[in-house]
Amino acid sequence: MTVEFRSLHKAFGATKALDGLDLTAHQGELLALLGPSGCGKTTALRMLAGFEHPDSGQILVDGEDISGIPAHRRDAGMVFQSYSLFPHLSAAENVAFGLRMRKVGAAERRKRAAELLSLVGLPQHADRYPHQMSGGQQQRVALARALAMRPKVLLLDEPLSALDAKVRVTLREEIRRLQQELRITTVFVTHDQEEALSTADRVAVMRDGRLEQCASPAELYDSPATAFVAEFVGTMNRLPGRVAADGTVQVLGQRLPVRGGAHATGTVDVLVRPEAVEVHADEHGAARIMAAAFHGAVTRVTVALPDGTSVKVDVSSHRAGGLAAGAAATVRLPERPVLVDPVAGGAGSASAALAGSVSGQGAEGGLAG
Amino acid sequence: MARLTSRSPRWWRGVVGVLAGLYFLVPMAASILFTVNVPGQGFSLSAYTGILSASGFGQSLLLSLELAAATIVVVLGLLVPAVLAVRLSAPKLRPVLEIVCSLPLVIPSVALVAGYSDVLQWGPQYLSRTPLFETFVAVQNPGFPVVLVLGYSVMALPLAYRALDAGMRAVNVRTLMEAARSCGASRWRAVFQAVLPNLRGALLNAAFLTLALVLGEYTMGNLLGFRTFAVWIVAIGGEQAQLSVAVSVLSLLITWALLLVLAFAGRARSRTSRRSAVSVAPALIPQESA
Repeated sequence: MTVEFRSLHKAFGATKALDGLDLTAHQGELLALLGPSGCGKTTALRMLAGFEHPDSGQILVDGEDISGIPAHRRDAGMVFQSYSLFPHLSAAENVAFGLRMRKVGAAERRKRAAELLSLVGLPQHADRYPHQMSGGQQQRVALARALAMRPKVLLLDEPLSALDAKVRVTLREEIRRLQQELRITTVFVTHDQEEALSTADRVAVMRDGRLEQCASPAELYDSPATAFVAEFVGTMNRLPGRVAADGTVQVLGQRLPVRGGAHATGTVDVLVRPEAVEVHADEHGAARIMAAAFHGAVTRVTVALPDGTSVKVDVSSHRAGGLAAGAAATVRLPERPVLVDPVAGGAGSASAALAGSVSGQGAEGGLAG
Repeated sequence: MARLTSRSPRWWRGVVGVLAGLYFLVPMAASILFTVNVPGQGFSLSAYTGILSASGFGQSLLLSLELAAATIVVVLGLLVPAVLAVRLSAPKLRPVLEIVCSLPLVIPSVALVAGYSDVLQWGPQYLSRTPLFETFVAVQNPGFPVVLVLGYSVMALPLAYRALDAGMRAVNVRTLMEAARSCGASRWRAVFQAVLPNLRGALLNAAFLTLALVLGEYTMGNLLGFRTFAVWIVAIGGEQAQLSVAVSVLSLLITWALLLVLAFAGRARSRTSRRSAVSVAPALIPQESA
C-alpha cells in the first residue's frame, strides 16, 4: 500500500507543525521520518493515524483521500512511544483487543493472539499483565497488537525511545525483520539518526514542518542535499575554506574539487565527516591534539587547527597510540571532491554549492537535535 | 538494605505506633465499654439488641443508603465525563474544573443549607401558579428527598474529583484512548473498554468517599428537616444515650464492611489492580453524635 502526504499544513496556535509536507511511502517499504523534536514528524504520523487533522493538504492511501475517515476505521496499526498496553488486560487479551472490536470469535482471537505473540518472540507470555513485563516486552506485545488486525500500514511513533540501549538495538532489528517478512508499508518516526539509518529503506529528514531530503540511508550519508541534513545525519566538521575562480576550494593548505561544482567564490565552510579526515602525529605539525575518546574500534580525536577551529577525526583505535592529548599533529584531507557550504551572511557567497538541489534555508545550517 | 535499616533500633516507630493506636482506639474502646456496661447491671448487649427494635433505625439507614446510591450516580455521572473531557480535548479548562470542584470546600455546609432552605421557602410562593410548584414539592418528598441528593452531590464534588483526578494521573488516558482507537474501537468503546476499566480503582474510591460522606452528613439533613441516618442517631441520642453510641459503633462497623465489600469487588473483577482499590480511609461516623 502506498501512502502519500500532499502539501500538508498544520498549525498549533502560533507554531507551525507542518508547513507543506510532501512525501510518499511506497508499498512494502520502511520509511523513517527523522528530525529534531518539533520538526513535525510525529504530527505527520498522527495525521496518518487519524488523531490529528490537517489544516490543508491531503493524505492519500493507495490514491484515495482518507481525510474523512475516523481513526478507528483507518486500518493502521500503531505502536506508541509511551507504554500503551491496556493495563487491565493480559498480553494475549491486549493483542486480541482489535479483533474483539471487530467481533472476531473467541477461538479465532485466541489462535491469532498466540500466533502473533510467538511472532514477536513472547509465546510464553500470553497470560502476563503489562506490569509483569519489561519495557522491551511491552513494546513487543504492542507491536503484536498493532499487527493483529493485518493493517494496511504500520505506524511506529518512536517505539524504542523509552527502552535502554541494548534492548533498543535488538528490538529495532526485530522490527525490521518482521516488516520485511510481512512486507507491510511502515512509517517509523524517530529522532535517532542511527536508528533511522540502520532500519529504514528510505529516510525522510524533516525540519520545521518540511521535508529536507528523502533518500536511502547511504545516499543521505554520502550526499546530503542540504547542510542541515549533513549535520543532522552523522557528524560533520566545518573547516574554513575559500573557493577559487577555477571552482576548486582551498582548505587546510590543499586544493580540492567541489562536489556538485562550485556556484560561488569566496569564503565557505567545507563539510567533512570525521572518518574522512586524516591526522598524523608530527612534531613539526601546526595542529594540536586536544582530546582522544576511545569508542571501541575507533578513537575520536579532537584536533585544534592553528586558527582555532576544532576538527573531529575518527582514527582506527590501533593507530591512535601516538595521538595523545597535547601532541602536535598534521591534518589533511584525502584527494576527493568535498561538500561546501557558504558561510552564512558571508560576502560573495550568493548561492550554496551543495550537491543536488539546495535551498537558501538549508544552507543556514545550524546544528540541531 | 531493608534488613539493615530494620535492624537498627527504631524504637520511636513503636512509640508513634502506640500513640496513634491509643488515639484511635481509646475513644472506640470507651464507646464500646459505655454501650455494654449498664450501670447497676454489669455487662449487657441490650443497647445493641435495642437498635433493631428502635423506631426509625431501618428506615433512616435505608434512606441514607438510597440517598448515597443516588448521589454516587449523580456525582460520577457528572464528573467522569467532565474529567475525561478535560484530559482528552480541553486541557485548558482544567483549572476551571478544579476550582469549581474545590468551591464546596470553601463554603461551609451550613451556608449551603441556608441558601437551600431560602430557595425552598420562596420558590413555591413565587411559582405557586406554575408547574414548577409541583417540582418544589416533589424534591422535598420525605420518602426520597431529591434536594438532599443535589446538596450531597455538591458537597461530594471535591472528594470525588480528587479521587478521579489521582486515578487519571496514574494511567495515560490519552494514549490508552488512541491505542484503542487505532485498534478499531470507536470513541465510546475506547472509553468503556480501554479507559474506564483502568479507572476502576479511582471510581471505587470516589464512590466510597461519597458513600461515607452521605452516611455521615448531619447538617443538611437536619436543617432541611429530613430524617437521615445521622439525624436519627442524634435524635435517639437525646432519648437513649447508650443506644445512640451503640448505633455509632455499629455504623462504624457497617462502613468498614462496605469498604471491604467495595475493595473486594474491585479486586475480584480486575486481577491487575496493583494500586489498592480504596486507599483513602474514610472519616465517617457522624461526628456530631459523638
